[in-house]
Formats: sequence, C-alpha cells, structure tokens
Amino acid sequence: MSDTIVLGAVAYDPKVVTIWDGFRAWLRQRGCDMDYVLYSNYERQVEDLVARRLSVAWNSPLAWVRARRLDPSAQAVLMRDTDRDLTSVVVVRSDSPVNDVAELAGRVVGTGAIDSPQATLIPLDLMGELPISVRRFDVGIGLHGDHIGGERDAARALAAGEIDAACMIDANHLRFAAEGILPAGSTRVIAQTPLYDHCNMTALGGSSPALEQFTALLLGMDYADATARPLLDLEGLTRWVPGRTSGYEPLESAVDRAGFYDRKGEVTADEYRP
Amino acid sequence: MSTIDLGSLGVDCGAHLLLDRTLSRLAPGQKVEVSGTDVNLGFHLPVWARSRGHRFVSGPPPTIVRGDVDSNRLSGAIRAGVTSDVVDQAPASWGLAARGALVETGGPPLVGADLNERDVVWSEVAPRLYAQAAAGQWDPATAIDWTPPGLPAEIEAAVVQTMTYLIENEQAALTVPARFLGRIHPHFREVVGFLATQVADEARHVEVFTRRAGLCGHLLGVSGAGGRASLQTLVDEPEWSNASFLLSVLGEGSFLSLLSFLQRHAPDPVTARVAQLAQVDEARHVSFALGHLGEFVTHRPVGRDRLRAALERRHDALVSTSGLSAAVHDSLVVLAAGSWDPAAIGIGWEAVQDLQRDMDEGRRRRLVRLGFTETQAEEMSALHTKNFM
Ligand SMILES: [Fe+2]
Ligand SMILES: [Fe+2]
Repeated sequence: MSDTIVLGAVAYDPKVVTIWDGFRAWLRQRGCDMDYVLYSNYERQVEDLVARRLSVAWNSPLAWVRARRLDPSAQAVLMRDTDRDLTSVVVVRSDSPVNDVAELAGRVVGTGAIDSPQATLIPLDLMGELPISVRRFDVGIGLHGDHIGGERDAARALAAGEIDAACMIDANHLRFAAEGILPAGSTRVIAQTPLYDHCNMTALGGSSPALEQFTALLLGMDYADATARPLLDLEGLTRWVPGRTSGYEPLESAVDRAGFYDRKGEVTADEYRP
Repeated sequence: MSTIDLGSLGVDCGAHLLLDRTLSRLAPGQKVEVSGTDVNLGFHLPVWARSRGHRFVSGPPPTIVRGDVDSNRLSGAIRAGVTSDVVDQAPASWGLAARGALVETGGPPLVGADLNERDVVWSEVAPRLYAQAAAGQWDPATAIDWTPPGLPAEIEAAVVQTMTYLIENEQAALTVPARFLGRIHPHFREVVGFLATQVADEARHVEVFTRRAGLCGHLLGVSGAGGRASLQTLVDEPEWSNASFLLSVLGEGSFLSLLSFLQRHAPDPVTARVAQLAQVDEARHVSFALGHLGEFVTHRPVGRDRLRAALERRHDALVSTSGLSAAVHDSLVVLAAGSWDPAAIGIGWEAVQDLQRDMDEGRRRRLVRLGFTETQAEEMSALHTKNFM
C-alpha cells in the first residue's frame, strides 16, 4: 500500500468530512501522506480493514470487537483521551417506584439502536436474564451508536412516560439535561455499568514506518497549537493517547450474550441490516 | 490541597462554574477535593472532568486533577491592541474582535477588510465627529412641518425637478460609503461608526427629498443620463481615499453651496427646512473627509498626486457626457425666481451663476486645505463634474 496511510471512517454526520479533511491537511503538512475513505456503516469498514484495503480504521468499540474476532492481529494504535473509562447508566423518572435493576422485571426498558454499544448492548448486558421488555429506538443502524438520535428518542420516551427506564452513556445524561429533554432532578440513576473504553484507531498486524509516523504525529498533536486545536475540538478530544485493549471486556461479554457477532466475527444479530 | 463544596448543586445545574472557578486558580497537575450532596455528582463529575481535559480520581474523597486544556486554549492569544488607541496596521487575524480584546488563536481571519492601515483609514477627528453624528440624528417625521405649501404649479414643478435630482445624488452618496464600510478593519471602530452614520444620514436625505417631491401630488421629474453617468463614476471608484475625495471633498463640498442656495431661495418653508437639515449633516461628512485626507496626504507624500489623478480620470471619463442636465439647471433658476416675471427670472439666473461661483470658491478653499497650491486648486476645481456631486 506504499507509504500512503489510507484511513477508514464512518460518515455518521456531515462534519466527518470537515474533520478528516482537516486531519489530512494537518498530517500532509507534516510529511505524512494520509488519505481517507468514508463508509456509511461500520461493518463494511471492518470488512475492508481485514481485507487490507485500509491502513487504519477509526473504529467504534463494536467495530473493534468485530475486527479483532475477524483478524486476531488487529491492534489498537491510538484512541482519544475521552475514549477511556466511560460508563452507561440506566435512568428512571424521579417519581418511579423502581430503585434498582432487579425491580425492572416486567417493565419496559428503552435503548438506543440495535448496534449501540453504550445505549443498548452494554446496559442490556447489565440486566442479564432479567425478564424485561425492551423497546429499541433504532436510529442510524450501522453507525454503532455514533448517531445518538436513538438514545435521545429513548430519553424523550422516558420523559413522556412511555417507558419505565432508558439507557444512555453517562455524558448524554448531562447533555439531555442541557437540552431540556431530561431536566435536572427529573430522573434518577438506578444503575451504572462498569468502566469501558470507546473508539480506537485499529490497524492490522505488524507496523510500518508510515504507520509509526502517522501515530507519532497524532500523539504529538498539542492543544496549545492553534492549527491542531480546532480539529481536536471537532473530534471531541484534548489529546490522542496510545491505544489500549483492556477496556473492551464489558462489550465483548455483551456481544456474546446478545449474539451480535459470533466468535469468528460474523454478524449473527437478528434484524440487523446496516 | 484545595477543596470545593458544591452544596446541593448538580453539574447539570451549574456546579461546573464553581469547579471552573476553583480550578482556574490552580496550576495544571494540582488537585481539588470535591464534596456535595447532589445524587448524580458521582457520575457527572468524571464525565465533566473528562470532557474538559481534567483527570478524575474517584477517591474518596472525589478529586479532580487540573489538566492544561483551559490554559492551552489561550496559548498564543494576544490582545487586539488597546481600547484607547489604534495601531499602524490591524492584522486580519484579529477578526471581528473588539479593540483591546484577548484574541484566542485559530479563529478565521477577517476576509475582505483590506483597509487596515492607520495612514489610510484613521482620522483623529473620527471619534469627535462620530459622537456629533450620533447626537445629531434627527427624525424626519418630527423635525419638519410637512404641511403642503400650495405653490403655483410651475414653481412646484421646479421644486419637484430639483428634488428628483437631489434624490439620485443622495443615493450615490449613500452607496459609496456603504461599499467601503465592510472593507474597513473594525479595529478603526470610530471610522466605521462614522461612515455608518453617514449612510444613515443619506438614507434620511433620500427620504425627505422624496417626501418633499411628492408632497403636492406631482409626478417626479427627469433623471438625466449625463447626471447618472457622473454619479456612476463615483460609485465605481475602487480606491477609498479617491472615493472619499471625489464624493465628500468635491461633491458634498459643492452640495454645501447648493443646500445654502436652496435655503435662501426656496419658494416654500418645507424645501428650505429639508435643505437646512441636510446641510448640517453634509457639513459633517465634508469635515470628516477633510480630516482624514489631510492626515493621509501628510503621511503619504504621493497622496496628493493620486487624488489629483483620480479627479483627472473622472473628468476624462465624463468628457463626452452632458454634465448637469438643462432641466435641473433651469429648475434651479425658476425655483430661485419664484415667478415667471422676466425680472424675477433674471434674478434667478444671476443666483444660479452666484451658486456656481460659490461652489468653485468652496472647492478651491478645501483643496488648499489639503495642501494643493492656489494654482493647482483652481485647475482642479475646474475639472470637477458639472453635475455638482
Ligand atoms: Fe446627503
Ligand atoms: Fe453626505
């Protein structure tokens, strides 16, 4: 693949073009020949990565899980500082009689899209075999929850009294309060998942000088640098950190329980048509 | 170790302001212990800390370690000069920031504000004249008694033709500064402000002359092709100093004489009053141009040659046009005569001759103020458009 780094990213929002155009220009000015390819869903991106059509893939945590299962040589080379140690929460209205997860038995729990790690897979795993009725808010299928529309719709349904509980990533509990969907004091958190990690930049096996240069340049991006800061702000990080793979256990377990992928990385989830 | 007690305030209700305030007093790496009773604090704190580049230690007690994002955001930030003075050259990187503001780097440069040099743009008279202009705005509805005067039809027609001519001149006088407003760097706030009042003044002049023209139900008069050709050369002048010179020193300067003439010879009080109100504004526009061009030619020795060249170019461009239309000239005579009696027409004719001499004297006086010699001033005044503006 010569010295060009071909990066795959999923176009979950028009700003993705701005982001990777910006990174491409920033990297090229520093001698790293990067180009990017946009995908409409993570499944095709992962398949192209393991087919070695990409040098790196900017992967959702679920895409990482699949990539690793499809090709055990997959490695996480980079992540955002904001990708580490996240949690999801299960929220009820403050006047709800429900005080813990067990009391959700027989009730309706709202989640994000079928493929959202943070608003569906990981929080549902927390509920184990509990007999609950799941109401999924499927927005942006194939985007692995990057599109938070489903999560937001679940929060709206909770506020409207249509469901008994809603699942969301911790940061969105604050965001939905700011948006006025779940005003402060209107909800109560009854459960929080273990810490997990989010996106990473995935590469396959071995390294190359081009990949090392790419990684080193991104790790060196400094928030004090006015040419880097707008890109960091746009992509939602304050610095890039080395990838780590220790934070994906909660999702691995959730994927197995839900039967989302099999151990080889084939898609096995029913009703999942990205 | 610092501590902060948030009481019952949640991060979803503004507690982050207290956290920001406390952390801003610490150096990166220093810690603050957080206490509070909001039920969601335990998971909102790490979310907030993560999004702001701080580290969170769950404790107990929960602790935030200050990151360097906030201080890095302002790394390289510079002040856009000082509030009370202007710089020699205002950089595009200051953008729309207030004079004296602390400008974070990385914003978009100000595109299009190419008039950014003190020598070209600034004038020491700008703050005073801006204040005068702001205080001197008048309301056409109340400043003028709009009672229709009931003149003989042919005298009224002369007034209407004069107003028709004035309106298109005022429109040109509005368009020219408006075209330059966005090109002047906002660092020179008082200049931008003054030109904005000038544009507003001209809009008012267009209004009151239009209203006077229609006051007795007459149709408007003729808009001569030669007059419009002359005005178009003003609007087309691409260079700020030249445009200001041609429009304000020579054109509006000549109009001061014309507006005096209208006050003195108006056949009705409404015409006299609108001319008087417009003249006060025009005197300010002329003062501003004389002020800033006086400074311009002091700083730029070639400035005078360039102004003269602009005047000559305009003259050459207009050489084949007719200048002031006969309809306008004759309507001024009739307006000053006030009747069709031969003796009155003779007096009106003489008054218009006086007007043209008065305009010429005024132009020469102002040219001398800009440092031209008497001889140059005489030659240059003669090159000015016959259309007055
Ligand atoms: Fe005017
Ligand atoms: Fe004017």
